[in-house]
Amino acid sequence: MYKYNDFDESFVRERVAQFRGQVARRIDGSLTEDEFKPLRLMNGLYLQLHAYMLRVAVPYGTLNSAQMDMLAHLAQTYDKGYGHFTTRQNIQYNWPELGDVPDMLSNLADVGMHAIQTSGNTIRNVTADHFAGAAADEIADPRPVAELLRQWSTDHPEFQFMPRKFKIAITGSPNDRAVTKAHDIGLRMVLRDGAAGYEVIVGGGLGRTPMIGKVITDFLPQADLLPYVEAIVSVWNRLGRRDNKYKSRIKITVHEHGIDEIRRLVDARFAEIRPSFSGVDQDMLAEIEAQFAPPAFKTADTKGYEAVRLANPAFRSWTDTNLTQHRADGYAIVSISIKKHGATPGDATADQMRVMADLARTYGHDELRISHEQNVILPHVHKSDLPKLYAALRSADLATANIGLASDIIACPGMDYCALATARSIPIAQEIATRFDELKIEHDIGALKIKISGCINACGHHHVGHIGILGLDRAGVENYQITLGGDHTETAAVGERAGPGFSAAEIVPAIERLVLGYMDLRQASDETFLEAYRRLGVAPFKAILYPQEKANAA
Amino acid sequence: MPKDFTPKVVTANRLMEGDAVWLTANGYWSSDIHDAEFITDEGTANLRMLDTETQAHLIAGAYLADAAMGDKGPEPTHFREDFRTRGPSNYAHGKQVDKVDNNV
Repeated sequence: MYKYNDFDESFVRERVAQFRGQVARRIDGSLTEDEFKPLRLMNGLYLQLHAYMLRVAVPYGTLNSAQMDMLAHLAQTYDKGYGHFTTRQNIQYNWPELGDVPDMLSNLADVGMHAIQTSGNTIRNVTADHFAGAAADEIADPRPVAELLRQWSTDHPEFQFMPRKFKIAITGSPNDRAVTKAHDIGLRMVLRDGAAGYEVIVGGGLGRTPMIGKVITDFLPQADLLPYVEAIVSVWNRLGRRDNKYKSRIKITVHEHGIDEIRRLVDARFAEIRPSFSGVDQDMLAEIEAQFAPPAFKTADTKGYEAVRLANPAFRSWTDTNLTQHRADGYAIVSISIKKHGATPGDATADQMRVMADLARTYGHDELRISHEQNVILPHVHKSDLPKLYAALRSADLATANIGLASDIIACPGMDYCALATARSIPIAQEIATRFDELKIEHDIGALKIKISGCINACGHHHVGHIGILGLDRAGVENYQITLGGDHTETAAVGERAGPGFSAAEIVPAIERLVLGYMDLRQASDETFLEAYRRLGVAPFKAILYPQEKANAA
Repeated sequence: MPKDFTPKVVTANRLMEGDAVWLTANGYWSSDIHDAEFITDEGTANLRMLDTETQAHLIAGAYLADAAMGDKGPEPTHFREDFRTRGPSNYAHGKQVDKVDNNV
């Protein structure tokens, strides 16, 4: 894992000191709120419905145990004993007091973390495949490049006042777990003649105008990556609409100018700036790569693991759903579900964070990941350690066996916390998960992505959910629209709106009806919801959701 | 024709804690919307909003929110403002459990 060098350390410390002064001046009245607001946002501090909210970056979703312990410390000391992991691989604290925030940032600096550029019209936390460095299907670990992008984008003078925010996602695997096609720039590692390079995707995004990104180049050599990304951001920084924030993101720029014109402009800008990249970036990358060397994987007998699997059905069920194939023999990637049925998606208590940190230290080569699906990953666990790990997770109420199933729901904070929300998301997620648990059918349903956003900005990724739910304010009442057939992977697709929205009381029964209806429609028990939707189209699903209209039409 | 004025309260978040507060007729900020001044004309609403600019040491983000008069005083008319009087629905946190007595 990357460790701050002296430059990073002094930069982050200086920012904390600056912010401490800014907070003091806000409190003593020297700064108005209008003056202070951009300063606090630069440091990840929002003012929400009930309190301030501090958004802390988890760079490309990677943490070590000391960092997770510090997140627990912040939750316990400055918040109400928990933190909320987000779809941007960040963590949000919902209840900090203004006067405590400089101390929180100072604590974070102690473990090489910060909240810089988690807000504002800047390049945000670069997100990555949460299985990076561990997945069996990976070409190479994308995190060194993500770290290089973090260093390049942090406080980059050209990119501090852009038309709007800018999000970059990266994956080293052909199986896209980083939603690269719904980011301003998506980077997918590909091989050509044995050399690793990148397919570069631009102009993806969700929100008010969902767009699947377009390929601007199908193969970019690794050495050209930084100047090429800089060329893209530079072209958009100049062309992007500053007159209308709904048209400011690069997805609209690409849409308005066309991908061919954007490619031409980016190529021209790239030709201009490429010579100024003397290779220092590649030297830095080499240094970063050395810090991401794989851990010393052990070899051990896995017979004990197999025996426990046979003997303990609960353990077997958990291993069936929560493990992913690892690149090293005898190892597994463990997904810890932060989606206990009925609990708030993505919320972990300070005690749970400490347990996960401890498990990473004891069994996981000191590494943890936060997924955009709001779960926590132990990327490197030897199978012989899984029974003990599972027992510890059970004791901490962290052993829910539902990864990828109907109750593994993404939900944004919604109107329970967020000042931008138009409806609540969390209670809907809680009720859906509780209902499927009561029915005891989610293993029978199989792979299903339900994603809920509490407003059009789509932090809950509803557009790319197999079933998406969007909470809106319709004439002063919460109303929930369903979209169908979205896909967040390498075959990305934006879901289709099913029809009129449902009230808060109707939405959970509607989702239940939809899923039970799918089980009747599927050809075989292994045909997933998305496969059935693609085979049948939207019509039979609409008929299930709106039986009255079907009756009226007959 | 100008749009008819609908009754309002002035609301904001407390500077240090960030919790929701409402402006009373006496000019202090209360944690209870029932204590708020019920504003029925646009001129008063504009004056009160001007006054909030002198309150930066106490509050942040002041705005006018629709309200209706109830038995105990002003009440929210929209669910968003209603949530602000209570706190989140997923935990017993915020005003629904905190004592409402620390007016400023």
